[in-house]
Amino acid sequence: MRFPKLKVEKRPLPDLKTKILWPVLSILIALGIGAILIAAAGVDPLTGYYHLFSGALGDVHAISETLWRFTPLLLTGTAVALAFRCKFWNIGAEGQMLIGATVATFFGVSFIGTPSWLLIPLVIISGFLAGALWAVIPAILKAKFKADEVVTTLLGNWIILYFVGYLVEGPWRDPTSLWPESPAIAATAVFPRLVSGYRVHIGFIIAIFFAILFFIVLRKTVWGSQIKAVGANPRAADFMGIKVTRVLITVAILSGGIAGIAGVNELCGTHLHMKGLGFFGGTGELSWGYGYAGVFIAMLGGLSAIGVPVAAFFMAVMIQGSRAMYRATGVPSPFFYAMEGIILVCLLLGIFLTYYRIRRVKG
Amino acid sequence: MKRSPVVIKMVRITKKFPGVIANDKINFEVRKGEIHALLGENGAGKTTLMNILYGLYRPDAGEIYIRGKKVTIKSPNDAISHKVGMIHQHFTLVPPFTVTQNIILGLKFPKGVLKIGRAEKRVAELSEKYGLKVEPRAQVWQLSVGEQQRVEILKALYRGAETLILDEPTSVLTPGEVRDLFKTLRSLAKAGASIVFISHKLDEVIEISDRITVLRDGKFVATKKTSTTDKGELARLMVKREVIFRLKKPKAKLGKPALEIKKVSALSDRKLPALKEVSLSVREGEILGVAGVAGNGQRELAEVIASIRKATEGKVIVKGKDMTNRPPSEIVEAGVGRIPEDRLDMGLITDLSVKENLVLETLRDFSDKAVLFFPEGVFLNHSAIDKYADKLISEFRVITPSREVPSKTLSGGNLQRLILARVLARNPKILVASEPTRGLDVGATEYIRRKLLEQKTRGAAILLISEDLEEILTLSDRIAVMYEGKIMGIVPARKAKIEKIGLMMAGTPLSKIGR
Amino acid sequence: MEILTYTFFITFLAMTFRMATPVLLGTLGEAFAERSGILNLGIEGIMLVGASIGFMVTYFMGSLWLGIFTAAFMGLLMGLLMAFLSVTLGAQQHVAGLGITFLGTGLSFFLYRLFVAPEGGVPPTIVPFRPVEIPGLSGIPVLGPTIFTQPVLVYLALILVPIVGFIFYRTTLGLNLTAVGQNPKAADTAGINVFRIRYLCLLIAGALAGIAGAWFSMAQSSQFLPGMTMGRGWVCVALVIFANWSPYRILGGALLFGGIDALQTTFAALGVAFPYRILQMLPYIFTIVILVAVARRATYPAALLQPYRREG
Repeated sequence: MRFPKLKVEKRPLPDLKTKILWPVLSILIALGIGAILIAAAGVDPLTGYYHLFSGALGDVHAISETLWRFTPLLLTGTAVALAFRCKFWNIGAEGQMLIGATVATFFGVSFIGTPSWLLIPLVIISGFLAGALWAVIPAILKAKFKADEVVTTLLGNWIILYFVGYLVEGPWRDPTSLWPESPAIAATAVFPRLVSGYRVHIGFIIAIFFAILFFIVLRKTVWGSQIKAVGANPRAADFMGIKVTRVLITVAILSGGIAGIAGVNELCGTHLHMKGLGFFGGTGELSWGYGYAGVFIAMLGGLSAIGVPVAAFFMAVMIQGSRAMYRATGVPSPFFYAMEGIILVCLLLGIFLTYYRIRRVKG
Repeated sequence: MKRSPVVIKMVRITKKFPGVIANDKINFEVRKGEIHALLGENGAGKTTLMNILYGLYRPDAGEIYIRGKKVTIKSPNDAISHKVGMIHQHFTLVPPFTVTQNIILGLKFPKGVLKIGRAEKRVAELSEKYGLKVEPRAQVWQLSVGEQQRVEILKALYRGAETLILDEPTSVLTPGEVRDLFKTLRSLAKAGASIVFISHKLDEVIEISDRITVLRDGKFVATKKTSTTDKGELARLMVKREVIFRLKKPKAKLGKPALEIKKVSALSDRKLPALKEVSLSVREGEILGVAGVAGNGQRELAEVIASIRKATEGKVIVKGKDMTNRPPSEIVEAGVGRIPEDRLDMGLITDLSVKENLVLETLRDFSDKAVLFFPEGVFLNHSAIDKYADKLISEFRVITPSREVPSKTLSGGNLQRLILARVLARNPKILVASEPTRGLDVGATEYIRRKLLEQKTRGAAILLISEDLEEILTLSDRIAVMYEGKIMGIVPARKAKIEKIGLMMAGTPLSKIGR
Repeated sequence: MEILTYTFFITFLAMTFRMATPVLLGTLGEAFAERSGILNLGIEGIMLVGASIGFMVTYFMGSLWLGIFTAAFMGLLMGLLMAFLSVTLGAQQHVAGLGITFLGTGLSFFLYRLFVAPEGGVPPTIVPFRPVEIPGLSGIPVLGPTIFTQPVLVYLALILVPIVGFIFYRTTLGLNLTAVGQNPKAADTAGINVFRIRYLCLLIAGALAGIAGAWFSMAQSSQFLPGMTMGRGWVCVALVIFANWSPYRILGGALLFGGIDALQTTFAALGVAFPYRILQMLPYIFTIVILVAVARRATYPAALLQPYRREG
């Protein structure tokens, strides 16, 4: 097999223009590939994309739905980006989200009658702590036993998924319901809507809060500098006196906690019952999926505090738009799912081309 | 006397890298059976030239002729097919593999199936024939550096090399091992092999070579017959300046012992003993140089003092306080400045900006009050950080477009200035400097050595660890020699004789050396 | 009662081999990738692509073998993409691998919905691989029904173990790829094409992962369900560490995992009074435990995760 001889050359340090040009170009290329997928479904790509974007942003109702979708994505995206920043590969946001929702369910169902101003903070804090715990365990396993956190956090997702299934199909099952789910949480635990008539609720504010917190932590705090140092070079960070393990554990706590809140968000903002396997989204989804989406969003957003909200919004548009496109044209709604991967791959190529040139070598 | 035929001829070889011309129209030739030294300072272009001959680099211009025929060498495989072998300065061995596995690595076997038994036999034969003692089944990571070098040489011979290129082969050997190597090289040359010996060490080059080619700043300077030249002429050709910098070593005004290391033991990364009850003491105002061939525990010693390696026994006492195994941040607070050996991997975080690297060690100085879970403070004072960074950049003359650029864009000399700035700006009472001038050009080296002497005059206690014996001799007040994790002896620099130090470096304790 | 226990035991053992097969295939492939220095986190996505495309080809063309072949080929293509990202571009391997997983998961789902089963329909089925008796050997008591009466893919997986072992330890390819994973600079200097070897290893890893995925939709069950690999790809990543990158230990690890998996399935089928969801948690907990147990002492390929660049 003869490979064409390629030589990889470093470009001189790229300026801001180059740094933006290539990622944007790669997203356009990805959309182009998406057009092929749409065409494969027998639909004219322009029509398809029209329905996609207007379905997500066309009117106030669509925008509010997109923002509603944006909320958990921003939360998990922030959670994962924070962890990835210090090279703690937290793929367990899904599980942390689920455990947050589960614990919130417990309080939400057991404390019916408690006033909102008590119950909602209680539910949020408990969700945060649960998610934090579920992330800290793999972090400790990594610190003490060098166990690869990609695997431990991931397997953790499945463990929680089945545990939730057990609870919701067994001891917590609501006898009055047709399918496996918990009883509804207290009305006082439900997240109030921001504007009546639209699904966007206070979870949106919470998500924005954490996104801003992420920004502040990274740019303005000692801890943020330590996180960046550990993520760039743990050996050197250790040499310079930064307590690497402590950074790792604290990051795991915040990351898992934010993901846990994403779970609380879903429970108290939208679903109001804890669901079981296969009933989360109504299309046979095993789980809400926002945790995994968060990983994608973190990577797409370049792990930056500004990129993550943009990526989360983009993804919300994609998801809502894909559903609208399906309803209008029949292009299968997993379109957005396939686009995730395509965009990421194109983006990797784009980022690479920002810093390197590929040249053909003669001979 | 009939001259033997030219085996290798390199004509007008040019090689450019971004920002520098490494080889500028260089002519070089090697005859059969000769030992030809390639001499020059660090960065003169010697290794680049030989990397081109060995196919690791492609020249931008120029031609290569082997045994009269013009050849194009696109890869080490091509070089090997032309019977050229290279032994690099940093060994290219696979540590968990055996000697034989390393030697046959990359060779083709019929149907792709290895024939280890036959290979082991051939390795034993070759090792016998050329006097290169190795055990074919031994795992390479367990071998001594000298033995590993023999494996590298056998690798080349196994592939039929008739021309051997050795890149700074003695930099990791003890004087005794150097003698063995020279014996081997002479017998190889007598058997008809041609040897290119890259070095920057004048004494060795004069001892071993038949001819010497001098390179300087990427250009060919001269080829001389060794018997017709001397150290002075070679040094002039190498350096061009008459100045071989003679730094005035100020008289030591000694104070109390500031850094004391008492019977410290530690393990290496491979869990073998690296330090065996090492005791040293450095007084204020003195420079204690630690000499020794790399790999005898010096790195572990620096790491134990820097608190990034655990001392299993003994005490590290800083200004009278026991600081054994305290966290690095406390060591820095106690006034110990550390210049690590590993600039890029440990001394700096190259992806972070220049200014961040200047303050990461001491973030607490730039933050607000400590709160609850945040003992180092919560918020950073960015304007204070910016001011501090600017001050240091100008004071230490770090050449950088701004304080915000990632530090990996800086050149080697400036990286070291950056580290120096970070460390010296705090006026440390104690300095531990490991290989501070390794890989730097003359100008940077001079600057750093001057700064070290400045600190000494200020009253700092300096522990200088260096493989460069000349550096140790130039800067130190006292010299300690390490061998296999132990201190062989400590002598005052003025009275130091090279032979004594060489013997200690090779394992003879001071007590056993006669007058 | 006696017969029940014997039958239970045989069923359990046979099932162990079956549950172990996809994990065995995937882990062997992963071992190739990691031994040469590349952490391949795309394995879960590649498996799903194999499951989905293999199923689709079989469904439309009526041939199981064509389906397997296509699954392997698609896996190989995705391995190629992973190689391009991590070897040529030198992208962070975690990110590249996760990208491949997303891509694979999404594509598998999308293409299935597009070509086979639009939403809301009844999932179509194919005729899956049936157990094949090996003449003569299948008559042996105990071993016969457990090992020698299995779908062909099981035999394939088992045969691969000594083959991979031979490759790793007795061939130049094996020596070379191990060297590449330990010290690519040394391998390069020895004239080994580091990039080509890593590409090759990823192609193999991809192909094997594709076949492993096809197992789910074409042998274990007779339909494709989105996400049906249920995290087995990640189990492979853990197992490869547990097995210290050695094929024989991989077999052991895969059988252990298969055993736990079989255990929980058989318990459920026997109506053992234990919540079956909790049982389903067991294989994953088990995997974490064994990973933690060995992680400290694992001798990683020294150059794992470091892209190789040659200057000049």
